[in-house]
Amino acid sequence: MAILFYIFGAVAIIAALNVVLQRHPVYSALSLIVVLCAIAGEYLLLNAEFIAVIQVIVYAGAIMVLFVLVIMLLNAGEEVPSSRSRVTRWLGAPLLAAFLAEMLYVIWRYAPMITNVTWESPFGGPKAIGRLLFNIYVLPFELTSLLILVAILGAVVLAKKQL
Amino acid sequence: MNDFGMIPLSHILALSLIIFVLGVAGFLFRRNIITIFMCIELMLNAVNLAFVGFARELGQLDGQLFVFFIIVVAAAEAAVGLGIIIALYRTRQSLNIDDLDSMKL
Amino acid sequence: MTTFSDTAFLVVATLVKITIVLVALLTVVAYLSWLERKVIAHIQSRWGPYRVGPHGLLQPLADGIKFLFKEDIVPLEADRLIYLLAPFLGFTLAFLSIAVIPFGTSFQLLGRTVWLQITNLDVGLLFVFAVTSLGVYSIALAGWSSNSKYPLFGSLRSSAQMISYELSLALAVIGVIMISGSLSLRDIVEYQQAHGLWNIVKQPIGFLVYFTAAIAETNRVPFDLPEGETELVGGFHTEYSSLKFAMFFMAEYTNMVTVSCLATILFFGGWLGPVFGPAWMQVLLPVFWFCAKVFCFLFFYIWMRGTLPRFRYDQLMSFGWKVLLPVGLLNILVTSLIITWRQG
Repeated sequence: MAILFYIFGAVAIIAALNVVLQRHPVYSALSLIVVLCAIAGEYLLLNAEFIAVIQVIVYAGAIMVLFVLVIMLLNAGEEVPSSRSRVTRWLGAPLLAAFLAEMLYVIWRYAPMITNVTWESPFGGPKAIGRLLFNIYVLPFELTSLLILVAILGAVVLAKKQL
Repeated sequence: MNDFGMIPLSHILALSLIIFVLGVAGFLFRRNIITIFMCIELMLNAVNLAFVGFARELGQLDGQLFVFFIIVVAAAEAAVGLGIIIALYRTRQSLNIDDLDSMKL
Repeated sequence: MTTFSDTAFLVVATLVKITIVLVALLTVVAYLSWLERKVIAHIQSRWGPYRVGPHGLLQPLADGIKFLFKEDIVPLEADRLIYLLAPFLGFTLAFLSIAVIPFGTSFQLLGRTVWLQITNLDVGLLFVFAVTSLGVYSIALAGWSSNSKYPLFGSLRSSAQMISYELSLALAVIGVIMISGSLSLRDIVEYQQAHGLWNIVKQPIGFLVYFTAAIAETNRVPFDLPEGETELVGGFHTEYSSLKFAMFFMAEYTNMVTVSCLATILFFGGWLGPVFGPAWMQVLLPVFWFCAKVFCFLFFYIWMRGTLPRFRYDQLMSFGWKVLLPVGLLNILVTSLIITWRQG
């Protein structure tokens, strides 16, 4: 069963590499959708079934649709590689690799391997999340609805041709 | 079902870290502004994975609630960000951030 | 027989269920096209398919053979990978949502209970919505990758329509979730069984909103402007031919079947109906009732196609956002008020 985690992980990493390396934005967007679905699969394996389905519905099914539609409408085509700065290219990748290696070492050294925490049975289910969301986190919940209202107004105003 | 096999926390964090670093790499090295925006979403997802891993590890559901809020905020950010990109495209006719850079230096 | 471990039994049972459901669904989809042509023909006072087999019953077979042997044309400037991917994606996603639909009750086999449902997720209803929202991609990508005007417009309109009505679809169902207290489809039917009343009695407005939004989601008349022949040549599938075109239509019919199954489960009691007779009949009769109810919905879909004119695109969008969404929200408000008043 745990082998599924590594399969989904491999899919996510390959698709993330594809997002970063593809020239055309539509291929990057499609690879990002694959990453999102792979991560949703991982959430299922980590007892977060409600969050997994929400991720697919909201992130992969609405936000990425927005991205794909905008890319299709703007139709800007492939990206021309820029010849801006040699320094960033030759220094950037090794620095990132060094950062990655260092953080991996920290994780390996200091993260606990396996613990014996138990939790009540429907751990990531909608009932448990709802109980928490509407009791302790009700204020952030209401604030996010206000945030979404502001975002809708902002998006409409920004994309209008004439105010 | 409490047990999908023992997935160690360090493996979850390692996966999250690799995806995060890939997102940072894309963010720093790509020139198309929509691709950069997508790498931001990649970074947010890596962080979500770390949150869910910790929620499972500590047996507290709050981590998953944070993921819920991050997804909502990412949706709002994507909507406004893409609106800005569309407005920019209308004036500059280009999606390359080198052309969108109007500061002197 | 007892040497069979539980996991092995589960795997084998699930594979058998998947095979049966897939075969049944493919047959239903093929004969739905025959049914549609016959019903619309009779509404329009003509015969419909009549020659191929008795009353045209072998017509789907003839259509299938025709699609297989037609020349496969790919436009020169089309984005090949996505052009080939889009119909397969739509087809796969359409069949994926059947996995959580309960067709009946359970029976005992080899000392273990086998439910007539491929899998019972705790978040089954949300799973169906997740698959539906991914289905928008097949249309969006099909239109874009064809690299041609009409498909691009058709697919953009269709994507915008689908994501707008998805919202009303989800809101309409929240009333049912509130009164039955669970997202699992099996639990919703069992709630209706426990209370002896179909949910349509308690949620009439929810049903109307759901069904209207569902017709818009599946791109059927009166919401089928994105693929209407008189408006946009063929819409998003203009540049597709032979097997890929057939896949788009099978995906559309399968979506119709899924939506009808969901409507019967959520509002019309699913597999509930008078059950009598020996044990094997007690297992098969619920399946029969379920299929009969789904058939009524499919007939209603086809009936509407023969009867109603189509909406103009701006009428369609304003209806979805300005009428259906507020009505859905009002439904949630009233339902929650009634539930709170009853508990208090």
